[in-house]
Amino acid sequence: MTAGIIAPERLALGLVGVTKTYDGTPPVRALVDVDLSIADGELVTIVGPSGSGKSTLLHIMGTLDRATSGTVTVAGVDIATQPDKNLAAIRSRHIGFVFQQFFLLAGETAIDNVADGLLYTGTPLSHRREHARASLDRVGLAHRSSHLATKLSGGERQRVAIARALIGSPSIVLADEPTGNLDSKTGVVIVDLLLSLNAEGTTIVVITHDRDLAQRFPRQVSILDGRIESDVADSR
Amino acid sequence: MTVEAPAGDTIAPSRLAPADMIRAAGIGLRTRRLRSVLSALGIMIGIGAMVAVLGLSESSKSDLLAQLDQLGTNMLQVQASTGIGLGPGELPDDAPAMITRIGPVEAVAAVADVGSARVYRSDYVPSGQTSGLNVRAVDTNLLGTLQGSMADGVFLDQASPDYPVVVLGSVAAARLGIRSLDTAISVWLGDEWFAVVGILESVDLSPDLDRAALVTVGAAETYLESDLVPSTIYVRMDPSSVDDVRNVMAATVNPENPDQVEVTRPSDALEAREAAESALTNLFLGLGAVALLVGGVGIANVMVISVLERRGEIGLRRALGATRRHISVQFLGESLLLSTIGGIGGVLMGAAVTAAYATYRGWGVLVPAVAIVGGIAAALAIGAVAGLYPAMRAARVSPTEALRTL
Repeated sequence: MTAGIIAPERLALGLVGVTKTYDGTPPVRALVDVDLSIADGELVTIVGPSGSGKSTLLHIMGTLDRATSGTVTVAGVDIATQPDKNLAAIRSRHIGFVFQQFFLLAGETAIDNVADGLLYTGTPLSHRREHARASLDRVGLAHRSSHLATKLSGGERQRVAIARALIGSPSIVLADEPTGNLDSKTGVVIVDLLLSLNAEGTTIVVITHDRDLAQRFPRQVSILDGRIESDVADSR
Repeated sequence: MTVEAPAGDTIAPSRLAPADMIRAAGIGLRTRRLRSVLSALGIMIGIGAMVAVLGLSESSKSDLLAQLDQLGTNMLQVQASTGIGLGPGELPDDAPAMITRIGPVEAVAAVADVGSARVYRSDYVPSGQTSGLNVRAVDTNLLGTLQGSMADGVFLDQASPDYPVVVLGSVAAARLGIRSLDTAISVWLGDEWFAVVGILESVDLSPDLDRAALVTVGAAETYLESDLVPSTIYVRMDPSSVDDVRNVMAATVNPENPDQVEVTRPSDALEAREAAESALTNLFLGLGAVALLVGGVGIANVMVISVLERRGEIGLRRALGATRRHISVQFLGESLLLSTIGGIGGVLMGAAVTAAYATYRGWGVLVPAVAIVGGIAAALAIGAVAGLYPAMRAARVSPTEALRTL
């Protein structure tokens, strides 16, 4: 079953006819004519083998990269017409990222790493820490808030990274292979966390190469050679 | 937290509060402490060297100025020229009297060689062992004219002019083994015992008097049977007329052969010494600048490496909403922090070296404000230049590339 048409006010992220070509001889077409709409409150997984273009898709959805052609709408803004500094502003307020490698700052505590999620919004440190405490609580790590990032286990680090992505209540959370660096048991914990956060209303896109993992999410978009192969939503 | 929805152009921009900017700039320093300390050390040594050189040169200069102030620059020294065809070098007998007639002259003190007389600790010392000491017959106002002072005892003006008494220069007293005058001491001078009544402090304006035994003219005539001819005349005058007096001096002293008279200003020698030292100061300043430059290159090097190592962090920050400018400001700030730490450390080090050495030399400690302000400013400038290229590189890092790096 293909996802239906979403009313504009409920659209968290929309891609229409998006193509991404990298210069070279011959040019590499990483994405070809991709249409994808994600509604507020959805939990979508984009699944495909390595080299299928899913990382490029994530970067374009996250405004870290621009499409060669097509329209990308994030939080109601067509990003093609925006200068780089506006894209940075959109990232700071509307998009949360979760990475396979966590990307926590080694010299900082868990709570300050989470607080960094609001660093570029100009929020004062005391407020950031307040929000960070609440966010750490949401991922069940309140008791580890004053530990240095380097003292945490892999699963805890990823939960800190998720808390950081959640802190500004972004329109959408983009998670790139969030379980890729974790053992399977810890991976299950992270997936459960993402499911429960989605149940609380957070819009999440999970990118993975793991089809079994993808089965756990309600909507699976399958991508191969830069094209969307299928877009299936469970009726649960 | 509430986030306002963006509408077209009115997207609230990414902002990094100044306090957060400083914190972000300090992250690299906190997580790589040893490296930061070592690269700040380069700057510290450069700044420290420059501050110390400036501080020492100022301290020594202020010491000299104090010395000149105390000794006065209004003194001229008149001697007979020596050289081929000029004979032994003698001034006319009436030279002191002639000089006294020059208007602005305030005091005249003559010193005469006393033939072959030498001074010995006792009459048992073989006559060849002179210890390199001379005997001079001097006017009793010599001490005042030279602004000298006594280490012990009294000068000749306090004693009866015709008695066999002697005042020893500082070096002469040391070579004769006389340290104090607590007990009556006599020395064998010419063929007489002379009572030592005083020991001079070192005479800055005429160091050759340090190696002399000074007797009065009367005593020399009475006991040493010497034909006294003035060899050196010290002249004090109104400070504003030094050049005028100097111009007429030679002709006044020896109207027939003014070219056989040598007029010098002893304070010039002290100033010349200072000028020589300031040439050295410039050399050391140059060396300090080279050290600073090397320190700057060290910081640039460390920053470039840091940018390469921290691509992941750069990618993360871009993902969190940092603009290119935020990234470049962070790395430039880190470079500035490093160099500021080095600069402050260097100023402290330079001041400490100055204080230690000046105290050791007995000078007043003087670290010029220009060295402190200039030192920190130079460190900041070096930090800014060193950080510029790494900061630009950091800003150019593509976030998508950076986030792919493992």
